[in-house]
Amino acid sequence: MIYMEEEPTNTTALHDWHVSHGAKMAPFAGYDMPINYTTGAIEEHLITRRSVGLFDIDHMGQFEITGPGADEFVARMVTAKVSDLVPPMARYSLLLDEKGGIIDDLFVYRLPASWWIVVNASNRATDLAWFKAHAPTNVEVIDRSDDTYMIAVQGPRAIELLDKVSNSPVSTIQRFCWGNIVIDGIPVLFGRTGYTGEDGGELFFPAEKALQLWEFLLRQGELLGIETRPIGLAARDSLRFEAGMPLHGHEISIGINPIEAGFKWACDFEKEFVGKEALLAIIEKGVSRKLVGIEVFGGVPREGYEVVSPEGSVIGRCVAGMFCPTIKKYAANAFVEPSFAKAGTKVSVIIRGQPREAIVVKRPLYVPAYRR
Amino acid sequence: MAIDKNARYLESHEYAKPSGEYMVFGISDHAQAELGDVVFVELPSVGKTVTKGAIFGTIESVKAASDLYAPVSGTVVEVNEAVKNDPSLVNKDCYGTGWLVKVAPSNPSEFQSLLDPAAYGKTIGEE
Repeated sequence: MIYMEEEPTNTTALHDWHVSHGAKMAPFAGYDMPINYTTGAIEEHLITRRSVGLFDIDHMGQFEITGPGADEFVARMVTAKVSDLVPPMARYSLLLDEKGGIIDDLFVYRLPASWWIVVNASNRATDLAWFKAHAPTNVEVIDRSDDTYMIAVQGPRAIELLDKVSNSPVSTIQRFCWGNIVIDGIPVLFGRTGYTGEDGGELFFPAEKALQLWEFLLRQGELLGIETRPIGLAARDSLRFEAGMPLHGHEISIGINPIEAGFKWACDFEKEFVGKEALLAIIEKGVSRKLVGIEVFGGVPREGYEVVSPEGSVIGRCVAGMFCPTIKKYAANAFVEPSFAKAGTKVSVIIRGQPREAIVVKRPLYVPAYRR
Repeated sequence: MAIDKNARYLESHEYAKPSGEYMVFGISDHAQAELGDVVFVELPSVGKTVTKGAIFGTIESVKAASDLYAPVSGTVVEVNEAVKNDPSLVNKDCYGTGWLVKVAPSNPSEFQSLLDPAAYGKTIGEE
């Protein structure tokens, strides 16, 4: 994970809680965020895979899109099919520029009278400007980020925990759907999604209730005997990496198109959307590189490391890499020449000047039990 | 942070600790805490020579790779295979089971030139 070098200008409402609980803090997307707690990044990863992890993700942005032209506008702006979305459905999508570059990835929620868009922290300002610049006069784009808090509750026992503490069961809410629930008197919009590969959800609620809900969930976990721990951004990164989810700025970015990154499935070519013409041209022409997973033997691959062929010529570059705590392997995501993209292809990754044995592997590296 | 009284240190947080006629190398408790979870170590094989102040290996944590500097010169006589298989031993017991290599020193006086526990404690803001 790349921790931004500039000084953070923002903190979340839980900042003091993180610091007083021994979190190692670092700037990320302009926020001073917990990287790991005293538990340690690897154990935090494993706790999320075996029980419940709580994530302060208030740095993420939320927009509400309303107005008579909102349905048509959203459909044109995002790549995914949205015309079939009815409450309480939500869907993963991409936001492209006209050249097919990925401005951001986002979650689109169909609310009863509006659209709820969840965007990455680092792209919040860019995305907002992009939506507003394209919005016709009968559409309103409202930034709800400051008033909305966001906590992710993830892990194989997350639904069990939430079922027991909410006024109505979340287990009846289907994957990629949302529901209105109340926890400890706090109205919460619960979306059954996440960024770890595990079951669970993301909670949206009034920002001033952040500490109350955070501490309530931790306390209830303890009372109910459901191991529930706060999880930092380092484990969030390794969890999403194992599960094959992209991080903007790495597997996807403005300089990367969805075809080479393997996100054609997130684009609905039956409709018109910004960037569609460019993508059709890219498909017609063929891609010059493809995103692959690479397992590396004898070293930790990291962003920027070169991938070379058995003959020693550079065929690509890593965009992310790390030790994967669940599968206990060293792995990278890399863009490589298409002829090297097949699983089982032998390559090398250059680590501190030395080529290390590596092999192209199928993504995702990890599939949780509930989806097998 | 624990400082092993029997070891001496480099400012870069590696230690050397006498073990009979040999020196055991490792990294300090302060260093392992700063690094966070250690996920990989690369160490020289038995028979390799190491030079005081020169890189003898690499240690990688979740967030970054760091060079390891030899506190004294000598020849590697033993490598901790356990820590290669389970690098988290460095976090769990840096002065014990999380040691890195054992070296036959070529110039025993080099040990005296290292930071003693009190001096090392000062460099990391303790005592």
